[in-house]
Amino acid sequence: MAPTRREFIKIAGFSAVGLILPSLPLLSQAQAGTPAAGSVSPAAPGVLPALKAKRWAMTVEPRKCRPDCTDCITACHLEHNVPDFGNPKDDVHWISLERVEHIFPAEAHPRLPESITKLPVPVLCNHCENPPCVRVCPTQATFKRADGIVMMDYHRCIGCRFCMAACPYGSRSMNYRDPRPFIRKINPAFPTRTKGVVEKCNFCEERLARGILPACVIACKDKALAFGDLEDPRSDVRLILDKGLSLRRRPELGTGPQVYYIL
Amino acid sequence: MLEKALKGSRGYGIWVAFLLLLVAIGFFFYLRQLDYGLGITGMSRNVSWGLYIAQFTFLVGIAASAVMLVLPYYLHDFKAFGKITILGEFLAVSAVVMCITFIFVDLGQPGRVMNVLLYPSPTSVLFWDMVVLNGYLLLNIVTGWTVLGCEKKGIPPPAWVKPLIILSIPWAISIHTVTAFIYSGLPGRSFWLTAIMAPRFLASAFASGPALLILFCLILKRFARFDAGEKAIQTLAKIVAYALATSIFFVLVELFTVFYSQIPGHMHHLTYLFAGLDGHDAIARWMAVSALTALAALVLLIIPRMRKNESLLALACICVFLSLWIEKGLGLVVTGFVPSPVETITDYTPTGPEVAITIGVWALGLLMITLLYKIFISVRKG
Repeated sequence: MAPTRREFIKIAGFSAVGLILPSLPLLSQAQAGTPAAGSVSPAAPGVLPALKAKRWAMTVEPRKCRPDCTDCITACHLEHNVPDFGNPKDDVHWISLERVEHIFPAEAHPRLPESITKLPVPVLCNHCENPPCVRVCPTQATFKRADGIVMMDYHRCIGCRFCMAACPYGSRSMNYRDPRPFIRKINPAFPTRTKGVVEKCNFCEERLARGILPACVIACKDKALAFGDLEDPRSDVRLILDKGLSLRRRPELGTGPQVYYIL
Repeated sequence: MLEKALKGSRGYGIWVAFLLLLVAIGFFFYLRQLDYGLGITGMSRNVSWGLYIAQFTFLVGIAASAVMLVLPYYLHDFKAFGKITILGEFLAVSAVVMCITFIFVDLGQPGRVMNVLLYPSPTSVLFWDMVVLNGYLLLNIVTGWTVLGCEKKGIPPPAWVKPLIILSIPWAISIHTVTAFIYSGLPGRSFWLTAIMAPRFLASAFASGPALLILFCLILKRFARFDAGEKAIQTLAKIVAYALATSIFFVLVELFTVFYSQIPGHMHHLTYLFAGLDGHDAIARWMAVSALTALAALVLLIIPRMRKNESLLALACICVFLSLWIEKGLGLVVTGFVPSPVETITDYTPTGPEVAITIGVWALGLLMITLLYKIFISVRKG
């Protein structure tokens, strides 16, 4: 996949700053406009330092979304070799678009304006602070990293689907069939899955490790998605959250979702 | 003692061959499932557990119900159950084997099943269910087999068996409690998120299990000339009556809380289960059968004159079994997923291969019961 404009600028920025100020990694980060990180380990030439955070989080501003736009989904599914079975039964997805009334039933009422009710809202794994899926997994195939990313070990998963029952957000998909024949174009940089394992959004941890922001965030031309360290007051997500009221899906369940919606 | 299962009448041979055929058909379709994936079943992204896990849940109850014989006999010295306690234990053994097989056929990656032991996860209820189910299986094999072996030799059972039998009583409660916790501890599924789940499971188990046992006793009486005794069967029938009444009561309690509080997220599921949502009423039709058979059985079991009539008792037991099988073996699991977390209503219809595999596992269990009961009868007849 060719780098998008934003990615290109970022890489260029890193390279330039890296050449001029190799001894000031923090400054180089700020210049590139990446979410602030604690420490950046010296990277090999040509490779960006990994992006690190105390607590990764995402903000979604669906009102910025263009009608009928699915760029975030396309980018995510291409990046992660997500199959397209073309039927709801076998469906596997990491991001989908849902209606406000379905994901915020507590906030929905008949007098909401159409600009809200007709709005497609991107939903994905919430990378919960207290994830029920991790609690119920009988093999620890799904686990939470120190930086908050809830991950899957596709080689350990036994396909019992307890995590799918436990997830209050419907964020998880099962490979009911061999996904490989249904992947439009295989991205060799990311593993494909076998049949019989569960998968979900991984906050693009493989990109973060290469110093690149998540695919959906980069793909969104309307800047409806932002990503960063929740513990860093200067991060993109914190700047957005500071502006006003934000919602999380079903916060009353105590899962501590880390995807914030600004409506 | 095993050799006693090999010799039998022509009818016995035909029955065993029939069950073997069903197991073979199930196995054939399981091989196809292994090849194709779980997509061969009716399960989907939204309804991710179906017939297999529901059968497992129902059969844990059948397994736990052995305690309804063991407890009166060993703790209260209720002699009438002495003749059939081993039947209860063997039923438990076969039911647990079915449970474990149903979990196994439900796995997307069955080759990795040992990961549960390699990476023990004490926070997972499924891990604990594995522990209690295997423990219960072992307890019942050891106690049932040892007691029967001693009967054959005409000696009293060794002293070490008694503590194991006593241990199996709370253990039976634990298997169904832990199985209920699989469901009732999930924050996002309001249909299952109820503290009464474990008591409800136990009540329905103590109705469906003894009902099945009564049917087995009546079959043995007719075809194997083994009489469990009027007193034992009638006592079991009373246990079924009380447990069924309790089970129905628990369901009504659940309905009251949900429909009087009128919290929409809670009402949706039960509405789907009993009346259907937006025209999706396949499950609701089954539940109507479940409700009617439960009430019919309750009437037949409560009125002493009817309960004492063997044919009506058999009918009542069939009704109890059918009713609770629909409730737990169909409705309970699927309804937890409908509507989905994003409020989608997805119908679940088991596929042909899925049904064949399910029947295959049931046949495997029935085969085990047949062989174990045959051994039991042969030993009893000397």
